[in-house]
Amino acid sequence: MEQTMTSDIPTGLAILAPEITLAVYAMAALIFAVYTGKDRLSGALTWLTALVMAAIALWIGMRAPAAREAFNGAFIDDGFSRFARITILLAVAAVLLTGKDYLDRGRLARFEYPIIAALAAVGMMMMVSAGDLMALYMGLELQSLALYVLAAMNRDNVKSTEAGLKYFVLGALSSGLLLYGASLAYGFAGSTRFDVLITTLSDGRVPIGLLFGLVFILVGLAFKVSAVPFHMWTPDVYEGAPTPVTALFATAPKMAAMALMARVLHDAFGLAVGDWSQILVLLSVLSMLLGAIAAIGQTNIKRLMAYSSISHMGFALMGLAAGGSFGVQAMLIYMVIYVMMNVGTFAFILSMKRDGRPLADIAALNLYSLHAPGKALAMLILLFSLAGIPPLLGFFGKFYVLKAAVDAGLVWLAGVGMIASVIGAFYYLRIVYYMYFGEEGEAIDTSMPPVQWLFLMATAAVMLLGVVNLLGLEPLAEAAAAALVR
Amino acid sequence: MIGLEHYLSLAAGLFVIGIFGIFLNRKNVIIILMSIELMLLAVNINLVAFSHFLGDLVGQVFTMFVLTVAAAEASIGLAILVAFYRNRGSIEVEDVNVMKG
Repeated sequence: MEQTMTSDIPTGLAILAPEITLAVYAMAALIFAVYTGKDRLSGALTWLTALVMAAIALWIGMRAPAAREAFNGAFIDDGFSRFARITILLAVAAVLLTGKDYLDRGRLARFEYPIIAALAAVGMMMMVSAGDLMALYMGLELQSLALYVLAAMNRDNVKSTEAGLKYFVLGALSSGLLLYGASLAYGFAGSTRFDVLITTLSDGRVPIGLLFGLVFILVGLAFKVSAVPFHMWTPDVYEGAPTPVTALFATAPKMAAMALMARVLHDAFGLAVGDWSQILVLLSVLSMLLGAIAAIGQTNIKRLMAYSSISHMGFALMGLAAGGSFGVQAMLIYMVIYVMMNVGTFAFILSMKRDGRPLADIAALNLYSLHAPGKALAMLILLFSLAGIPPLLGFFGKFYVLKAAVDAGLVWLAGVGMIASVIGAFYYLRIVYYMYFGEEGEAIDTSMPPVQWLFLMATAAVMLLGVVNLLGLEPLAEAAAAALVR
Repeated sequence: MIGLEHYLSLAAGLFVIGIFGIFLNRKNVIIILMSIELMLLAVNINLVAFSHFLGDLVGQVFTMFVLTVAAAEASIGLAILVAFYRNRGSIEVEDVNVMKG
């Protein structure tokens, strides 16, 4: 695919139009809401923000397919970045809508929430389109700073503020490590641009300074995707943050960080596959196993989802570790399916309450199926899909990454993946056990607001019907991966 | 004559002090904020030194961005810390322990 070189500002601004629109919308909405209704507007703003993001996703999807660069290669608008941006925007929009009722009930409905989420989305869009270490850092920080604030959003709650504090400290540490790596990469390659960085590797050998840079950048990104051994913050932040924010953490930022990792590794370090692949293999093995084993003892469903996401990140990393176009394609398919499953599962978790108070105890789901068979069945499908049981869509996500690993000669890695997925199935099935065969206990409210119900049922239906042709996901992901790995 | 390696050693030293400040400090969360700042400033020394010795301005532009982000990061960190202090009545590192892990 030919790249049109542009450095003049109007062309650059035209290429960045979706990001600029969303950023301007967020700032305008903030000013407007401050001077008018404040928190009374939160419901309307949530809907409006979700609609704006869905519209921008549509806009990005309908743009001309040619790959373009803006601002001296700092921003790359190609098939890969479009695929990732559309996923991110739709995920954030879906999470905003499913979380609305929870926030209203808990008197947490602040008008800043959708606005900060929109700014985080702008950061994520920058991340996945970065073609330069500076753009990468700015996008990553815009996303991270917005998410630190959201984690501490329930500011009268000690758990939420503690989650915010922990997330902030470890997030800032990881950004610092990434930045140190970026400075080394700049110094030893003489440029921050990815397409110049890669030319310094062209003789197949990586200068030692650049290798250090690569390792630091990878460690920083591993923190963001919560890969073991950089996962310490995940369970606490997931537990402490308000559940709608947890749902946000579990979906879009993971996609963004994973896509950013693919972008950096292939665009900037694509000629040193052997060097980064072994790091990713290690991260992947540790994440899959620890995520699966540590989740077994959890009683809080939010902590359980934290370990579940660690394990899933291990699988997505397996696709990336396999390298090549098919590896990236497998990772993208896996991440899209993962995001959909999490949207549905969190729609259910958000509806868990007793006497109007939210709760996250797994044992509260005792005999849920007797009170609400339809919703229990939808949740059962989602959990089976998370566990990767055929013929549900989650199985195909796992199938693609395992196939990528086997094709790349990493058969033992695929074997570890199978073992981890069998162990992981245990704790998903435990939730199913509680729902269908648990003991009679204090009942849980089974009412569910229409939006949550819609997302729960829709994602469950997708898990079943997606089997037909993966929703056409495969060619899209293939085109996106082909745009990245040339 | 002070060469590039001297600047890089200084930056690496400061960076490591910053990391250890985060992990070894058992006292006060403010010290963690200071350590984070130290890490970012070490990176700035790296960038400016590289920029000078490469004869390339990009590193100094990068430094400006890092300074801006560091300011925003510090303000958000302090805001979260204030919210935490109101709930917990303490900013000791040992008291950040409501949740296990």
